Order: sequence, then structure tokens, then C-alpha cells
Amino acid sequence: MDEPRQPATINDSAPVIEPGYTFASVTDKISSIVLTRPTSNGWFLGFGIAFLLTMMMLYAIGYLFVRGVGIWGITIPIGWGFAIVNFVWWIGIGHAGTLISAILLLLRQSWRNSINRFAEAMTLFAVACAGTFPLIHMGRPWLAYWMFPYPNSMNYWPQFRSPLVWDVFAVSTYATISFLFWFIGLIPDFATLRDRASNRWAQMIYGMLAMGWRGSARHWHRYETAYLLLAGLATPLVLSVHTVVSFDFAIAIVPGWHTTIFPPYFVAGAIYSGFAMVLMLAIPIRKFYGLEDFITERHLQNSAKVMLATGLIVAYGYVIEAFMGWYSGNRYDTFTLWNRLHGPYAPCYYALLACNIFIPQLLWIRKLRTSPLALFLLSGVILTGMWLERFIIVVVSLHRDFLTSSWGMYYPTRWDWMTFIGTIGLFLAAMFLFVRILPMISIFEMRTLLPEAEVKE
Amino acid sequence: MEEEKNKRAHEDVCPGKKHKLDLKTARAQVAETNGPEYWRSLEELAGSSEFQEMMHREFPKGASEWLDAVSRRGFLKLMGASLALAGMTACTKQPLEPIVPYVRQPEEVIPGRPMFYATAFTLSGYASPILVESHLYRPTKIEGNEQHPASLGGTDVFAQASILGMYDPDRSQTIAYLGDVRTWGNFLEAIRGPLSAQKAVQGAGIRILTRTVSSPALADQLRSVLKLYPQAKWHVYEPVNRDNVLEGARMAFGQPVETQYRLENADVIVSLDADFLYAGFPGSTRYIRDFAKRRNPEAEIAHQYHDEFRPESAMSRLYVVESTPSSTGAKADHRLPLRASEIDGFAGELLLALAATSNSLKTNKGTEFLQAVAANLTRKRGSSVIIPGDHQPPAVHALAHEINQTLGNVGKTVFYTDPVDANPVNQTESIKDLVADMRAGKVDMLFILGGNPAYDAPTDLGFDDALKNTKIPMRVHLGLYQDETAELCQWHVNEAHYLESWGDTRAYDGTVSIVQPLIAPLYGGKSVYELTALLAGQAEATGHEVVQGYWRKQHPGADFDTFWRKSLHDGWVDGTTFPPKQFATKVASYLPSVNIPPNAVEINFRRDPSIYDGQFSNNGWLQELPKPMSKMTWDNPVLIGPAMAARMGLKTEDLVTIELNGKKVTAPIWIQAGHPDNSVTVFLGYGRRRAGRAGTGTGFDVYPLRYSATPWFTTGVNITKAGGTYKLASTQGYQTMDTPEGARPQVRSASLEEYRKEPDFAKEEEPPAELTLYKPYPYEKEPYVWGMAIDLNACVGCNNCIVACQSENNIAVVGKEQVVIGRHMHWLRVDAYYQGDRDNPKAYFQPVPCMQCENAPCEVVCPVGATVHSTEGLNDMVYNRCVGTRYCSNNCPYKVRRFNFLLFQDWETPQYKMMRNPDVTVRSRGVMEKCTYCVQRITQHRIDSERENRKIQDGELQTACQQSCPADAIIFGNINDPNSHVSKLKAIARNYSLLADLNTRPRTTYLAEIRNPNPELET
Amino acid sequence: MKRTPIYGMMAEFDSPTTLVEAAHRAHHAGYLKIDAYSPFPVEGLAEAVGFHKNGVPLVVLIGGLLGGLSAYALQYWISAISYPINVGGKPYHSWPAFIVVTFEMTILFGGIFAVFGMLALNGLPMPYHPVFNVPRFAFATKDRFFLIVFSTDPKYSPTETRRFLESLEPRSIAEVPS
Repeated sequence: MDEPRQPATINDSAPVIEPGYTFASVTDKISSIVLTRPTSNGWFLGFGIAFLLTMMMLYAIGYLFVRGVGIWGITIPIGWGFAIVNFVWWIGIGHAGTLISAILLLLRQSWRNSINRFAEAMTLFAVACAGTFPLIHMGRPWLAYWMFPYPNSMNYWPQFRSPLVWDVFAVSTYATISFLFWFIGLIPDFATLRDRASNRWAQMIYGMLAMGWRGSARHWHRYETAYLLLAGLATPLVLSVHTVVSFDFAIAIVPGWHTTIFPPYFVAGAIYSGFAMVLMLAIPIRKFYGLEDFITERHLQNSAKVMLATGLIVAYGYVIEAFMGWYSGNRYDTFTLWNRLHGPYAPCYYALLACNIFIPQLLWIRKLRTSPLALFLLSGVILTGMWLERFIIVVVSLHRDFLTSSWGMYYPTRWDWMTFIGTIGLFLAAMFLFVRILPMISIFEMRTLLPEAEVKE
Repeated sequence: MEEEKNKRAHEDVCPGKKHKLDLKTARAQVAETNGPEYWRSLEELAGSSEFQEMMHREFPKGASEWLDAVSRRGFLKLMGASLALAGMTACTKQPLEPIVPYVRQPEEVIPGRPMFYATAFTLSGYASPILVESHLYRPTKIEGNEQHPASLGGTDVFAQASILGMYDPDRSQTIAYLGDVRTWGNFLEAIRGPLSAQKAVQGAGIRILTRTVSSPALADQLRSVLKLYPQAKWHVYEPVNRDNVLEGARMAFGQPVETQYRLENADVIVSLDADFLYAGFPGSTRYIRDFAKRRNPEAEIAHQYHDEFRPESAMSRLYVVESTPSSTGAKADHRLPLRASEIDGFAGELLLALAATSNSLKTNKGTEFLQAVAANLTRKRGSSVIIPGDHQPPAVHALAHEINQTLGNVGKTVFYTDPVDANPVNQTESIKDLVADMRAGKVDMLFILGGNPAYDAPTDLGFDDALKNTKIPMRVHLGLYQDETAELCQWHVNEAHYLESWGDTRAYDGTVSIVQPLIAPLYGGKSVYELTALLAGQAEATGHEVVQGYWRKQHPGADFDTFWRKSLHDGWVDGTTFPPKQFATKVASYLPSVNIPPNAVEINFRRDPSIYDGQFSNNGWLQELPKPMSKMTWDNPVLIGPAMAARMGLKTEDLVTIELNGKKVTAPIWIQAGHPDNSVTVFLGYGRRRAGRAGTGTGFDVYPLRYSATPWFTTGVNITKAGGTYKLASTQGYQTMDTPEGARPQVRSASLEEYRKEPDFAKEEEPPAELTLYKPYPYEKEPYVWGMAIDLNACVGCNNCIVACQSENNIAVVGKEQVVIGRHMHWLRVDAYYQGDRDNPKAYFQPVPCMQCENAPCEVVCPVGATVHSTEGLNDMVYNRCVGTRYCSNNCPYKVRRFNFLLFQDWETPQYKMMRNPDVTVRSRGVMEKCTYCVQRITQHRIDSERENRKIQDGELQTACQQSCPADAIIFGNINDPNSHVSKLKAIARNYSLLADLNTRPRTTYLAEIRNPNPELET
Repeated sequence: MKRTPIYGMMAEFDSPTTLVEAAHRAHHAGYLKIDAYSPFPVEGLAEAVGFHKNGVPLVVLIGGLLGGLSAYALQYWISAISYPINVGGKPYHSWPAFIVVTFEMTILFGGIFAVFGMLALNGLPMPYHPVFNVPRFAFATKDRFFLIVFSTDPKYSPTETRRFLESLEPRSIAEVPS
């Protein structure tokens, strides 16, 4: 599989791993974060805050279950509000992880080895956050299981023509596959930790997780085949998931939803926001855990380039949407366009254009591409922009549809905000735990990046 | 806002604070005395009614309820629970007579099969004849009496909603003395003494205040009371009275006269500020039917081809001159907004114009309009009609009579009869006298039989003050609620609702209906008949005895029982319809009234389209019923014209202060397109202080501005911006079909001419049926496929269908806060649109139920198949399958789906449990719901027809909205049967489906609106 | 003294290159039952220890087909046979709408089969294994590379094999007790 064409030669400047490392030093550096390094106060502080936010989310959801979805700002005609906006946003963020671990693997982009592990973790947690929303946004969440085809006394089944059922299958598949991918990636590293761990409990636990992995040549061979096939499966999957999510809108007849452009530009947008999130996590992590040697300028640069590319695709999507709105001559589509530009939510639309199209063009500047701070801020801007995009699509399309008599307005309540911010807390809390108890960089794949990993004839 | 409300409430529950005996003075009095006296005086003190009244004011019963700040919903729950504890759990009580032992099931009662009883609902003396659906002796739904000439099956919103009024848990439930529970027996002995004392002075101290009485039996009773006590007086007052009509008749004929119109004979109708197509105008239900009948352009077109002798249109033409936009104005072919004070001018001009040759008119606002009207009227002598509005001054009525006479309409389109009002006095004068007597201390016993004068009497009389501060020893209030008036009377007798008591009443044409109870009084209330009987000295007479006794007198003879049974069964008493009479007009010389300066601002007082004069303010259905023109709920903003608002720099929801003769009211405004300039309209009935959980504190009380001299409109009002805004709950924020990207053809309309030229103008290019990849569902094989046609030409926006639907389908009331967010639950809504010049726009109504699309977008997206298609083409909603994703609503282009965002249904209050339609599921939280074409009725009829082994006949099956529609605008039936009424309508050229280009293939289609404008006025 | 049965003989190397080379030579020397352990996948090592048939792809193929077919069958049965009902005028068998779930299920089953198939074929989980008895084997997951000749090999003999392994110049040699 992916052999490192000696790092230095790969197109530009920075290597994927700074020189001077050996198998041993790589192993120790990464595993020590988990095994030996004392937990810093910073970690406790950060985790504490994230945990409190998670508790806030649970409170908001608890109240939601007691009173009903009426505590949110949703109404007729805006039947979907923050819940679906957040769902789409989180799912999108998840995509970068799978993209890095699967697609870049197939494309033999060996630089992905140092970021794929926590990118995958990010995927899992993002999907977990996303998964919350379709569940709690139901009027009767305790009946959510009716979405699955199971034999029942009512002798009745899900309605497979509904994009929501597709969602259920797509998202649950996505979650499962992402987890498996992440998990088998971890097995060899569990083995490493098992053998490094000094504390009995750690040995036991990591040992069980490693399932007796001993790095036999035969095992490695099957392992790699499985890994590669899994990547092959995950690649169409990741593309399909956001396509299916976009079907939730594209299948409907609401002006502003009923568009064929949605699948491609949803996927592009997903990767766009995903990489933004990867950077927002990678930059502080490499700083605090001194991993600049493993997560190098090169990774930042490449991520920035991916964002630039996908961002342009998204921009193209907007342009086509607007053009079609005007060109179709359909009175409802033309109005939807007008309403975005001049309606009550116009400021959101302009903010969206700024965040997603104009400001990110700064990435053309090399100096910014290589400055962690700038990238961090830009990523924040892009994440905001992508959230706004989903807000525009969901709310602004719904609030003024066909009959002028039933137009309405949507105002989020504090419960909407608490739930949204709460999921960010959940996501961060999970990330904090992850970096603390699992190797956040794939050790065995890092080893393959070292020059001496090559078999010389 | 909130604390201000509380403050008001507080002042009102402790009115005694400032004056009269309070605790401190009481203590002082006690202190003065010493020794043994002390005790005696304390007893005295405690015994004195004055002391008790003071205690009542210091610690009023239920004060806490009115003071606490819990939301109306929360409070509702509390009350419900407490009532449940009180053991009020829905045990149905049968009316006392005839008693049916339930151990053996009476043969006419089949559980699950409703029975219908004829009775009548009375509003301001005018009866709406109705049939009441009763499930095991529980009245659940009100429908029109098809046999009765005043209904023909239609109802009005107030009658429809009165069922909720009966089950209202806030109704007064006991007899009370100073707020303490008492028994009927207590009351009897309490008044025995005073009454006998009055005998001596021939009842000089007795005053009886009733609302408008049209009941022959009651009138007879009261007269006998007056015989018993010759010096006693019977006063009549209600805020929405017809003084002007009567005075106008007196001017014209020298005596009170009832005027009826035959709109089916009218080619030209001129309304002088008369909203005769909306509930509250006597006979409106019938008038709507007749009006709609003559607005049928197909008949008109038929005439074009078959009848050379009728060159003129068979479709009538309506001119409306009005001072505030109304649904009648919306249906007008030509509408002229005028300030109310300018209308008698217009009427005078019109009279002159008709008399003189129409060119010698002195120029005046609306001249061109007026000339056209005059010309049109002269062409239609004998087949035209002038209808003056109740709130127009007597002069206008007199003029209207004269114009109708000169046009020779009398006997053709206009008929005169004796007044329906049994005691046609000038009510304003009547209550003036009463207050005068009260202040003069001439009143010893005051019986207020119904009504709420303390709240709605003319402000300058200060009735409440008189009631509070004149020492009338015995003040008795009979009423459905312990309201503002009850609070100021020592004795309150809880009144029995008309659905709980016997009685009789007259329709607008004089026909008497016997009011029969559907259920024994829930709270053992007494009817006005029973209380009056008490005064007449027949203490224990039941309402049944009184009413039957009276009619036995009227109809002596052996066949009385059959007569009685028949009258009860039919819902009216034969031979009681007033015969038309001829009256000689004494030619009222028309003197042009003082010309109001054009920029003098005028204020109009109108009965509220939803809660009338305030008597329905605790009726949730009516409170949440969108008013026809503004779609406003729960409030009564000040209507103001666009021009005036622009001048004053006001926006909708801005607060203004209205000052009139020193009295001030602060209320928000609503910019109402088509409202005349320099004029505002306020609606009565809001700002109640003791109405109940729904009515208390909603809206703004404008009675303080209503003077006895100017009950309906006056100039000299001073309106200033108060600063601040107030949230208003309109169910339709956007009331035009125009968008920045072009108009949307939601309501299609054309003039008669255009319709003749291009009959299928309304048909948008609907995609052809074969234009699909899929094989269409084989509906043609089904015996029934249901469909609906709504004739926009007939619809007058009277809102009946909305209330009928709410009643039939157990639709929840959500409260103002939720309506503001946009979560009202009406399955059927009536959209109102304005087009053109905002100062005088064209207005359209469009009832929108579920379209029951064949290609329903909602069904495809439901993940659990909770909404699917039935073989009969219904878009079924399976409540207990719904998980509440709301996707269906998002994907419904008509937005007719409603969602239970919270627990909107009241599951606790036992009264509501009794009220609900047992055939319809009561939806819970988190479930989507919508119009089902009244599937429960369909099923009922299918079962019946199958048992009788036949097909459902066309017309036997009616949806609730169709049944209640006075205009026959909604037609429902089997579209597989080409001969069904609905199929015929759908075959008409102007039939179109809403948003046809989406290819949803709606089963509900619309007949485009056709106007019949006067070519001379075309611009 | 009783001697414990021997599982094999293990040699430790410190670079992938030497390990691969050693494996080749062992193979040529006629040792058939050998295996190699490395802290990361080393190219050509499997071939060197004579491993050729890899069952994983077939397992994944079966899984994918199973998932896809059963998913479509389920949808068809539900919508057209078990509970046929008119939904928005669409045919009972709306195949375009069924594609998505079919696809997702193909992926899901393929993935699950890939992972668990791989583990099963590798005989994992296996908490105990003789090689763990060699203390230095802990470095097999860090930076050391091991070659083992199993005692089941016909050519295996404690002395011969040790001599042969020594000829490969390993860092150390250990006998693996079972």
C-alpha cells in the first residue's frame, strides 16, 4: 500500500514528518501522551467547560422531552429550524474525517497518516452530535424506532419513499462504518500501548482492545486488504451520505429546496466545513502537545488548499442556484432568490457569502496558508459560513413558499441556542477524552513514514 | 403591560378601598363603644350588610385567581384539575322532562348514533334556528335548521360557537351572596320580604333590566309582573341595540317597524354602511343565501342565450358605501369608503339624485359614484334595495325607507312587519332613566336579568358607579358569569344556558321557535323565565311550565300536545311569522346635516366580528376566530387607514392614545387597507376584567369612550402616538397576492364581461394527466371518490366554516402567544387578500381546507406512512402513527397541515370532555393533524348506506363546513358520479385548482370569482 | 527436569530490510512453517514467509451482495406485497426510491464483513499466544522485527534451526515455549 516516496521529494517544501525520528522515538512520543505525560491543568479546564456545555444540552433536551418541540422557534410554515440546520452542519463536518482516512488513502496521499486518526475521531463525534438532532426534533421522539423496519404487531412498516428513511439508513451506516474504520486502525496501536503500558489496568484494557494483535506478516496482509477495501467502501459512502442528506431538501417541492445542484454542492460544502474543523482541532493540538514535527506546515497547507478548492465548488453552487432561480422564470424560484437578497433574512445571506466565498479567498496568499493563527481564524469563519448556509436553505426557503397567505417568520428561542451550543460542548468533551486516552496519531502508520521503513533490495 | 393589567384587576377587586366602610373605620367604630355595648355593636357590625359588603371587597372571592400571574394555559389546567376534584366528571344529565330511565335504553337512543334536536340561539333578540347534535344527551355540535326560512341550513359564528359557551368551565356555577355560595332557597327567602314590602307601594322600588326581549312568553311574564306591581319599571338595554333603526322607522312611519329584505329579487343592492352579510345583522344567514343565489354568473350567461327579454344581468350588483371595511364591502362590485358621518349626506344626495334629473347635483365627494348608483337604481325600479346600517343615525334609515318607497321596492324587495323586539323602547333612554332613578334613590330592588351593564353601559351614565355607590338594598344579577356586574350586586343567580333551559324566541321574520334544553343545567342554573316567574309570584314554576303554559294559552284546544310536539320537532311554531304590513310614510323632509370638516377625525364603534359586544369574550373559539378582514385574533386593535397612518407616522402594532371628552384609551393600531381617511374604528367587547380564563385582559376596553349621545360614531376624537408597541396576533401576516417578483394567481377573478369573452380564463395550463412516468391510481374503479368545489363567488367570508370545523373536529384553542408564533390549529382557514389601491382595494376571500391532492407531496415524504391515500381519494392522516417530523407540513404547498407543537388539547377539564365529538380522535402533543373531509361523517354514511344496501345519495353527506355554510359556497360529493352537484360544478369553465402547475392534482378546486361592475364606473 | 514443549524458535532483527531478507533465506533453506512479526506492515514480507491466498476480498464481496439484495428484497416485499398502499400516487414498487437504502446496506454489510472477516481469518481475538512468552517480543510493537520457525516445521530441530538462525545475524535468538 502507500509507500512514502521519500518525504522530501513530495512536491513542495515542508516534509510530512521532521527528520531525525526513529521507530522508537515516534512510538514513544505519541504513546507517552497517553501513557506517561501527566494530565495538564489546561486539559482539565477545557474538558470542564466542554462538560458543562454538555450538561446544558442535556438540560435543554430534558425540558424538550417534557414540554414538546413547541419550546423551539419552529412553527407553520417553518417546520424545521435549528435542529435540522445543526444536523446538516454536523454531518457535513464529519465528512472530512472519512475523506482523509479513506479517499486520501486510496489516492496514496501519505501525508494523511499523521492527521487521519483524530480526523476519524472527529467524524465519529460529529456524527454523534448530528445524530442527536433528527431524534429530538421529532414531535414524539419516544417512537423514533418506528423509522426502522422491524416486525411489529401493527404489521406496518417504514415508508421507503421518504428521504428521512434514507437518512436513517445512510447516517447509521455512516456511523457504523466510520467506527469500524477508526477501530481497526487502532488495533495495532492498542497492541503498542499494551506493550508499553506500565500500569496493570492499562495493560488489561489496552490488551483486550488489541485482541491479541502481534503483528504477524499474515495478519498484516489481511489487515491491509481489509483496510483498503473498507476505504474503498467508505469512499462512495461518504459521498452518498451528504447526497442523501441533500435529498431531504431536493426531493421536496419547496422553492429553494427543489434543486438538482444540491447533492454535489452539499458534498463539497461538507468537506469544506470538515477541513475547517480539522484545522481548528489540529492547530491547537499540535501546539499544546508539541506535535509540530508530525503535523507539519505541509498538513496545514494541504488542508488549506482543499478548503480553497471545495470553497470554490460551493461558490459555484451558489452561482448556479441564483442563475437557475433567475433563468427558470418560475415565479416561485425567482421570488426565493429575491427573498434571499432582500427578504427579512437578507443579512444572513450576505454574511454567508462573505464567510463562505469572499473571506476564504485569502487562502490564495501563501503567507496565510502557512500561518497557523490565520488558518485557525479562517476556519472559524468558514464553519460559521457553512452553518449560515444551512440556515438559509432550511429557514429562508420555508418561511415564504407558495401561498402568500401562509408566509411566516422564524425566531430561535433560547432553547434552540442551548441545544446547539450544547452539542458543541459534547463534541469538544469527546475530543478531550479522546486525546487523553487514545493515541491521537496513528503510530504504526507514522512508522511507515520513516525512511528506514523502506525495504531496500 | 402585565403589571398594569394586574393593577387594574387589583383596583377592581378592591373597589371599596377608597370610600365606604373599611377595616380601619370598622375598628374605629368598635373602639368608640365600650363595655357590654362593645359586643353588641360588634355583632351588629358583623351582621350589617354594609360590613359584609366591606369584607367582600377587602377579601373578594376568587380575587387570588384574578390576581395571580399564571398564564391563561396554566390557569386553565389548575381550574380543570380542581373541577375534576369537585367531582364534576362527565356524568351526563338528561333534561328533567321527559325523563328517560337509562336502565332500559330508550328506543330512540342508540349509543354512538347522535340525535338531532331543533332549538334556537338568540342574539340581541333575534333567533338563529338550529339543530343540535346530541350524543347520549350530550350536545356536541350545532347545525342550521334546513327547514327554517331564517336558516335554510346555515348558521352564524355565534350560534356555532355557543356550544363551547355552554360547557365553559368559567361559567357561574352557584347562586352567590356577596360571593359566598348560597342556595336557591336562601335566595327565595332573601327576596320574599322585600317583595312583599314592595306590594304595599305597588312595586315603586322595583326595577327590572333586561336585554332585548323577543320571547313572547318572557314578554308576557314581564307584563304580568308589571300588572302585579304597577309602579315597577321594565328597562331594556344592550350595548349593540337597534335604537337607530327604530327611531328611523318612527321618523318614517311614526311607529317602530321591522324591515326585511328579499335579496333574491334584488338586481341592485345599495348598502349604506350595512354589514348585512355578517353575523349580527338580523337575518344575515338568510340574506347571505339569497345574495349568493343571485351572484351566479352561469345563470347570468344562460340568460344571455335563452332569454332575450332580460337584456340586463341576472347577476345582482352590489354597491357598498361603508365607514369601515367589512366582508360585505369585500363582496361589493363597487365600494366607496366614506366616514360614517358623511353617509347621511350621501343618502340625501342619492334621494335628491333620484328625484331630480341626475345632472343637477351639487358636487360632493363620490359624485360620479353617486350618479352611477342613482342611474342604476332608476333603471331597476322595483328590483333594487337600499340597506342602511344599524349604526347609522335615524335620518339615514328614514331616507332609506323613503328611497325604497320612491323606487317602488316596498312589497318586492323590501317588506315591513311588526318589530321582533317585544318591547321596542329606545334602550339608551331606557337605561338613562334607570340610572337617574338609581341616583335619585327611587330603586329598592334592581333585577338585572342577563347582560353586563356595569361593563357595557354608556360611559357618561356611570352605571357601575351608580350600582356601587347608590345604596340599593337589593341588587340581583342573573347571568352566565360572575362578571363585572355580578361583582357589584349582592345577589348573583347563575343563569342556565339556552341549551340547558326552556324558552321561546323570534327569528328576524317574526317566526317563533321554541327553545328546548338539550341537557339539564350543568350547574343547576335558573333561566330568566324562572326568575321572572318568581317575581310574578309563581315561585316554583319551571321554565317548561312557563313556556308551555304561555303557548297553551295561545293555542288552546285538544290538539295542543300535537301542536307542541310539532313545534318542538320542526323548530318553529306555525303561523307565527309576521305578515308583511303596509305603512304610510310621512314624508320626512331631508335636511342636509351639518357638514363635517373633511379633516375632523372620526371614531367608529362597532360590535366585534368575533366576540360581539363582549358577551362571548370567554369563548376560546370566537377569541381565536380570525376577524374577516384583518385575520386578527384575541385583540381589538384600532383600525386606521393607510393614508392617515402614514400622516401620523404610525406602523401596525404602534400604540396610540385615543382621547374623547377627557376619557382616554391606549390601544395598538392595525393599518386596514380600504379604511376611510380621517377616521378610525374600534371594536367593543374587549378589555374585560372578569370574563374568565380566555376573556379576561384580552384586548382593550373602548366602552369608556362610548357616550350615550354618540354610541356609534363621533368626531372630535383626539388620537396621539403613545409610543411603544403591542404584539398583535394575526393569522395572516401577508394579505396580498402581489410579491416583488410578480403577482400570484391564488384567487382568480374576472368581470362578467371578461368571463363571457373567455369562460376558461381561470384555467392555468394544468399538466395533462398522462404526463407522468407512473401508472395513475385506478380511481375510476372506486364507487366513491370524494371531491370538493368552493365557489369563491358565493363565499362572503363569514367564518362559519371555521367554527363549524373546529366544533366538529375537536380542534384545540392555542391562545394568543401561540397564534403570534403562527401555531393556530384551524384545519380550514379563510384567506383574505387585498389588491390594488390601498385606500380602496378589491378584497377577496378564499377558504382553504386540505386539498386532498391525488399526488400528495406530504405523503411521499412521511417516513412512517402516517399520511397515506385512501381508495376513495382521501389524504388520510393516521394520528397514532405520526411521529411528528413535520416534513409533510414543510412539503405541503398549501400549508393546511397543523402541528401540536405543545399539548394544545385540554385533557383535564371535564366539561370539555363532555363537549367533544366522540367520533373524532382528540390529538395529543407532537402529532400532525389536518382536514379529513370529515371522514367520520363519510364513514357514518357509508355504513348506513351499506346497511340499507344502496349507494350514498348525492347531498345526503355533508362536511361540517359545507353544512354550516350559509352561502352554499362549499360543495362536497362523489366526483366519480358525473351527475353529482360537485361534478357539475367542477365541469364549469371557471373551475380551477390552486397551484395546478405543481401537478399535485387537488381534489378541492375553486370556482373563480366573477364581479359584476357597472360599465359606467369602469375606470 | 521436565522440558516444556517448544512452540518455535524466534530471531530478532532491527530493520524491516534484514527481516525480509532473513525470511527469504529461511524460505529458501526449506523452512515452510515460518512467520514474521513487525511493528508496521512491511512490503513483501507476507510473500517472503510464503503467504499467498487471502480470503478477505471474497468475504467482502459476499457481504456486499448479501446486504444489497436483502435490502432491496425487504423494501419490495414491504411496499408491494406485505402492505401495498397508495402513497402520493406513486406505484407500490417505486424502484428509484429503493436504490438509496439498497446502496447503503451494500456498504454496511460489505464493511462489517470486511472487519469481522479479517479478524476471524486472523483468528483474533486471541488473548494468549506463545510468542508473548518471549520477553523481548514486547518490542515487536515498537521497533523490532521477528522471524519465527515453528516447531511443527518438518525441518525443525532445536540445534539445526538455531544454527541456521544464527547464520542470519539477528540481534538475539530465543526459544518460544508454548
